[in-house]
Amino acid sequence: MNAKFKKIIPQLLTLAFVALVFGFFSYNAQLNMENRGISFGYGFLSQESSFDVQFSLIEYDGSHSYFRAYLVGLLNTILVSVIGIIFATIIGVIVGIARLSTNLLINRAAAYYVEFFRNIPLLLQIFFWYFAALRALPLPEDAEPIFGVIFLTIKGLFIPAFVWNNLDIFLYSLLAAIIATIVIRSYSKRLRENEGKHIPVLYISLGLVIGLPILSFLIGGVKLSFEIPELVQLAKTSFRFNGGLGLPPELIALTLALALYTATFIAECVRAGIQGVSKGQKEAAASIGLTPNQVLKLVIMPQALRIIIPPTTNQYLNLTKNSSLAAAIAYPDLVLVFAGTALMQTGRAIEIVSITMLTYLTLSVSISILMNWYNKKIAIKEK
Amino acid sequence: MFKIKQITSLLAVVAVLFGFATESFAAKKSKTLKNTIKQGFVKCGVSQGLPGFSNADASGNWTGVDVDVCRAVAAAVLGDANKVKFTPLSAKERFTALTSGEIDVLSRNTTWTLSRDADIGLTFVGVNFYDGQGFMVRKNSGMTSVNDFKDGISACTNIGTTTELNMRDFFNSKGISYEPVAFEKADEVVAAYDAGRCDTYTTDKSGLAAQRTKMSNPDDHIVLPETISKEPLGPVVRQGDAVWEDIVRWSLNTMIEAEEYGINSGNADSLKTSDNPAVKRIVGAEGEMGAALGLDNDWSLRIIKQVGNYGESYKRNIADTGILPDRGPNEIWTNGGLLYTPPAR
Repeated sequence: MNAKFKKIIPQLLTLAFVALVFGFFSYNAQLNMENRGISFGYGFLSQESSFDVQFSLIEYDGSHSYFRAYLVGLLNTILVSVIGIIFATIIGVIVGIARLSTNLLINRAAAYYVEFFRNIPLLLQIFFWYFAALRALPLPEDAEPIFGVIFLTIKGLFIPAFVWNNLDIFLYSLLAAIIATIVIRSYSKRLRENEGKHIPVLYISLGLVIGLPILSFLIGGVKLSFEIPELVQLAKTSFRFNGGLGLPPELIALTLALALYTATFIAECVRAGIQGVSKGQKEAAASIGLTPNQVLKLVIMPQALRIIIPPTTNQYLNLTKNSSLAAAIAYPDLVLVFAGTALMQTGRAIEIVSITMLTYLTLSVSISILMNWYNKKIAIKEK
Repeated sequence: MFKIKQITSLLAVVAVLFGFATESFAAKKSKTLKNTIKQGFVKCGVSQGLPGFSNADASGNWTGVDVDVCRAVAAAVLGDANKVKFTPLSAKERFTALTSGEIDVLSRNTTWTLSRDADIGLTFVGVNFYDGQGFMVRKNSGMTSVNDFKDGISACTNIGTTTELNMRDFFNSKGISYEPVAFEKADEVVAAYDAGRCDTYTTDKSGLAAQRTKMSNPDDHIVLPETISKEPLGPVVRQGDAVWEDIVRWSLNTMIEAEEYGINSGNADSLKTSDNPAVKRIVGAEGEMGAALGLDNDWSLRIIKQVGNYGESYKRNIADTGILPDRGPNEIWTNGGLLYTPPAR
């Protein structure tokens, strides 16, 4: 009893100390705010924001609330993070494998890429891609169409927009195909394990995923047409594209900078992971007659992934947090819209900064949980 | 029976009632004044570089009409216009810096609005520049008026300013759809507009005139004639320190009133013997104006001698630099402008 008590006392004291420090600062802040006549509260979130945002995934304008503006910023942050993570992963894996290539040119090129991009501050790279792109891209009226329908200009990338008829039927058919594929896969696995029979799962799934949606076009009444962007004249020397889907240059530059920067770290993770698998594994796999491709896919990668995933999770988190540099180049992310304009218009620094911090924390923890789940799934299962 | 404490507080009340307020009494009442005297410099928040208003040269000397307000306060309180510590702030940071006590005067082309004045613990003490929001376009675009704007126009601007709100009001009232491209810092706005990202650049007209000088080719751009908003710019202090508020307000008023009465840095000393009592009050030769503010009686004379009157400051910073040679509304009321201060008496 006494020994147990002794053990608990230092922990209790530490806890009390932390609570005291935290309490002191929040009390102090409260007092200071009161002294300076600043009110505290979250009521402003429902007020009309009365400012517009350049680029939004949901319907928004200044007549909506500050909370809606918060959502606009949050979604834009998530958008650039997700696209950035996808591209960073693809580039990172390719470069990581390329660094181990026996081809000197590929090997060196990959190494130089990594050393170059990971050693320059990210903010500079963002400025570089943004202002370099602005200087290098043509004005709308001078833009040469790519494939006749895509226009890359100083005012953004304009691509044809999909105009769907009965989109829901198409989506249902796709969903049905995916569910069917999953069922067939698990059935084929059982069949293989129990009876040793093979069925061509890949071809059946491909047939389903492609076939069913096509069927929805033919008999389901689904129609797809394209809205091609067209040039509009605003003034004598001022043009823009109307219609189609426009991606602002800020989004493109930010994604590019984030992806290229983070990819270098992921490439190093991938290289370390592959090199971390002992040579004996590769030789043993080759000696039982697996092709080099099979060796990589069936033996090396599953083991390497266990080493790659945890540090790559860090990089995903970094990319998400780094996306807050968007404010420098006018991409309307959470920091620019909410911790920027909204903070300024309302003056509610403590409320808004605390919400923003909590939001980034939630985003990061979500990514962590997802990646930890995946890590656990591929970890060695001791039997 | 009276206790000693009660007697002293009674005496204090009597002292106030009979106008025995002394310099030390006002100083005691104002925490900001006390701290400023103790640390020996005025903590002043300015912009990150707006020619004519607050701009640092290569050797770190700040100049501009906003800078001069802080210098005037330093001359009045500390006796030396150079005893100012300037803190460059972005539009986003400025109010937090002031309410948190990092600075004591915010003189950073800040628009006086109701919500800023009433809601976030600030007090505006006056107007040192009457401005309004305008638009800049490329000359070769052929646009000569805001009536030439068409749907889909893209407009570059700063975040964290009244500009974003005015822009929305303006385009909504005209029924024109637009693409706002809002940057955190003015330098990036200029760079992006200059590169052709936007069709127009919108901010306060004084800002447009100043930023135009930073373009790669200033003559290629024009400022459209329309003004879409009222932007009275002025210095700001924290709410709740009435003495400090008065000091900043009357430092600015002194500069303006000095110009009205023709007092400048050259003739201020000789005007101590002027026949006009109003002039004598401004240069501290008559009355006890300083004591009411917790200062000595030469405070206003020092402002005029060290910083100059409003006209001198305007000429030095805005007119002679070619930013806005025409004073427009920023002329003394007797000359048809809007600058009109309550009398110093």
